[in-house]
Amino acid sequence: MVSVQLGTRRKSGPSGPVDSAPVDSGPDARLSDLRPGTSGRITGIEESVEPSTARRLFDLGFAPGAEVTVLRRAPLGDPVVYQVVEYEIALRKEQAAGIRVRRTA
Amino acid sequence: MSAHCGPTGAGTGTITGGTRLALVGSPNSGKSTLFNALTGLRTKTGNYPGVTVARYEGTARVGKQEVVIEDLPGTYSLDPISPDEQVVADVLDPDNPDLGTPDGILVTLDATTLRRSLGLLAQVMRTGLPICVVLTFRDELARRGGTLDVAALRRALGVPVVAVTGGSRTDLAELQAALPESASWERPVLPPPTDPAQRRSWVESVLLSAGYEVPEADQRTRRIDAVLLHPLWGTLIFFATMFAFFQIIFTVATPLQDAVQSVFDRLGTLVTEYVSNPLLAGFLGNALIGGLGSVVVFLPQIALLFLMISLLEGSGYLSRAAFLMDRLMARAGLEGRAFVALLSSLACAIPGIMATRSLPSAKDRFATMMGAPLMTCSARLTVYVLLTGLLVSPGARVGPFGAQGVVMFALYLVGALSAMATAWVFKRFSSRGGPVLPFYMEMPSYRLPRRRSVADAIWSACKGFLAKVGRIILVVTVGLWLLLSLPLHSDAQLRSAGVDPADRTAVSAYEVDHSYAADIGHAIEPVFEPLGFDWRINVGVLGSLSAREVFVATLGQVAAAQNPDQPTEALTQMTYTDGPHQGQKLFTPATTAALLVFFLYALQCMSTIGVMRRETGSWKWPAVAFGYMFVLAWTMAFLTHTVVGALT
Repeated sequence: MVSVQLGTRRKSGPSGPVDSAPVDSGPDARLSDLRPGTSGRITGIEESVEPSTARRLFDLGFAPGAEVTVLRRAPLGDPVVYQVVEYEIALRKEQAAGIRVRRTA
Repeated sequence: MSAHCGPTGAGTGTITGGTRLALVGSPNSGKSTLFNALTGLRTKTGNYPGVTVARYEGTARVGKQEVVIEDLPGTYSLDPISPDEQVVADVLDPDNPDLGTPDGILVTLDATTLRRSLGLLAQVMRTGLPICVVLTFRDELARRGGTLDVAALRRALGVPVVAVTGGSRTDLAELQAALPESASWERPVLPPPTDPAQRRSWVESVLLSAGYEVPEADQRTRRIDAVLLHPLWGTLIFFATMFAFFQIIFTVATPLQDAVQSVFDRLGTLVTEYVSNPLLAGFLGNALIGGLGSVVVFLPQIALLFLMISLLEGSGYLSRAAFLMDRLMARAGLEGRAFVALLSSLACAIPGIMATRSLPSAKDRFATMMGAPLMTCSARLTVYVLLTGLLVSPGARVGPFGAQGVVMFALYLVGALSAMATAWVFKRFSSRGGPVLPFYMEMPSYRLPRRRSVADAIWSACKGFLAKVGRIILVVTVGLWLLLSLPLHSDAQLRSAGVDPADRTAVSAYEVDHSYAADIGHAIEPVFEPLGFDWRINVGVLGSLSAREVFVATLGQVAAAQNPDQPTEALTQMTYTDGPHQGQKLFTPATTAALLVFFLYALQCMSTIGVMRRETGSWKWPAVAFGYMFVLAWTMAFLTHTVVGALT
């Protein structure tokens, strides 16, 4: 589940958030980079993440192939509520940055 | 290893005999509700050997049989990353010799989060112990348009599955009947695979054969969150909620506590009137009834605190409040859920420390517990009012504000900041070497709190407090009374010392002056002399161990004040009776400020020590807290004394 390639950040540049290009493609992003309202499919956990933490994220449902939706950011910016495998969970930026996703919507 | 002296011995509070079942489940899966429903209030708390994780055990009666149920800490996985989760893994490990292996395991699965929960079940099934699945929140699954065939789930898993909805007694009866029969529970032909990827396929195949239709996102919860987690409205509602929360444990509890106090005061007076022997009357009236009163007086606060916490927790708002506060608490190395504990400590450290139970990580719990007593509690308020009155004249102003108010505010602020800083230090210290625990917090759907669970939570908190902490408070109160009242003085002795036996104020001042407590006050004088305290202040500090506000009355007695609860006049006239400063005013600004700072930091409260002992299960943490707070109090008071002394 740990891929060698580190997630390269995709800037939400001039094309804007509404991207009509085919989804489920393009380079990976970190889960922490996704904006509320958008979704992604998990591709892996960063190598830098502690193995026990990686294991726990997996047990919580952040497993490759799982669909994650960013629901809401706390008023102070952190943590963020995500929906994953049919339930809602809050992660701090630190943890979310260790999860690689491919944007889907 | 001796069976009796071993870690599972009687000291850890294990109930022995009969069938033993362990209750496993993720947080918010209805595990505690089920535990309370099955065991009623026949519960016992203790600690796991070697770690400070609370152990909850209860007895379920099935016909004439008794089944012991152990409520294990909530967990999402059997791969432990915290001491609490290590306990779960250890208890379920048949090869672990230190903890008895249960005869069977009850696993609570939330029907609305089945895809995730089955991963935990798969791990539990690998232990090879008999398993019974308790399926919860099936009504919520139906409401959200999901479906699940329980009989098919049972066939797919190969273990018994009992659906328990809310508090339904028929559902419970079916489960209860199965409890003593753990040996004959159906077992799976093949255990689930261990490899994570294969386990996921196993979960998918189970869900498929059980006809699991994914529930829709809970629209009701989404709509409520849109308001309650809104950057503006959510923040406002949060502050309003916390304000109400604080008001209730502070303001609403006060008249109730006053009522309790006056009942015990009246009882004490009655005893003094009807018992002629002065020593016996004093012992019964002041020490015993007074001591009981100082235990019972905490109950309104504890009951109200647990009423509100269980309402907040049961409704799902506690997670939201923690979510909103997490960023702020992260500064102290803690997480959002610690906020409620620190807030409660502003009323009193007792409920504050009890509130740390809602923290899932033991390390956070200790760090919060160590910081909590530094929050300015209501008992300090009386001391602060008295001493601030001595330090700053009522008319003095700092800019547009009254100087007394500014000093008060500074004391609250310094207390809160010190609490956060202490928590940070303890968290750093306890996490040394170990990996940093990841933060994650499930946001459960909003649910109506069940009356029964709320009542159970209040009852068990009060019961636990009375049983464990009450004894400690009572013993200390009686001990302090003896120190302050003995030895006895006859009227002849009083007269020869020039005291009129009819003058109650003079007599009580004389008694305190010549008590064993006074001897101790003299003996510890060298320790407190650098802070400017004389032996009479030491007696007051000693007396305040039973409760901080007692300081005011003790000092009033020592100062021979006409009204010991309002000793300001008498105190301003006090001078040093001996030593290099003889004849000089005792309450100089330097000494008064040092005393204020001392009260800010010192753990002058036996009740806090008692509740720490109960919540951590050992004397180690209260000893650590008392030690570090004393050193901190002395050092800060010394610095204050030096600085204020140099300025004035």
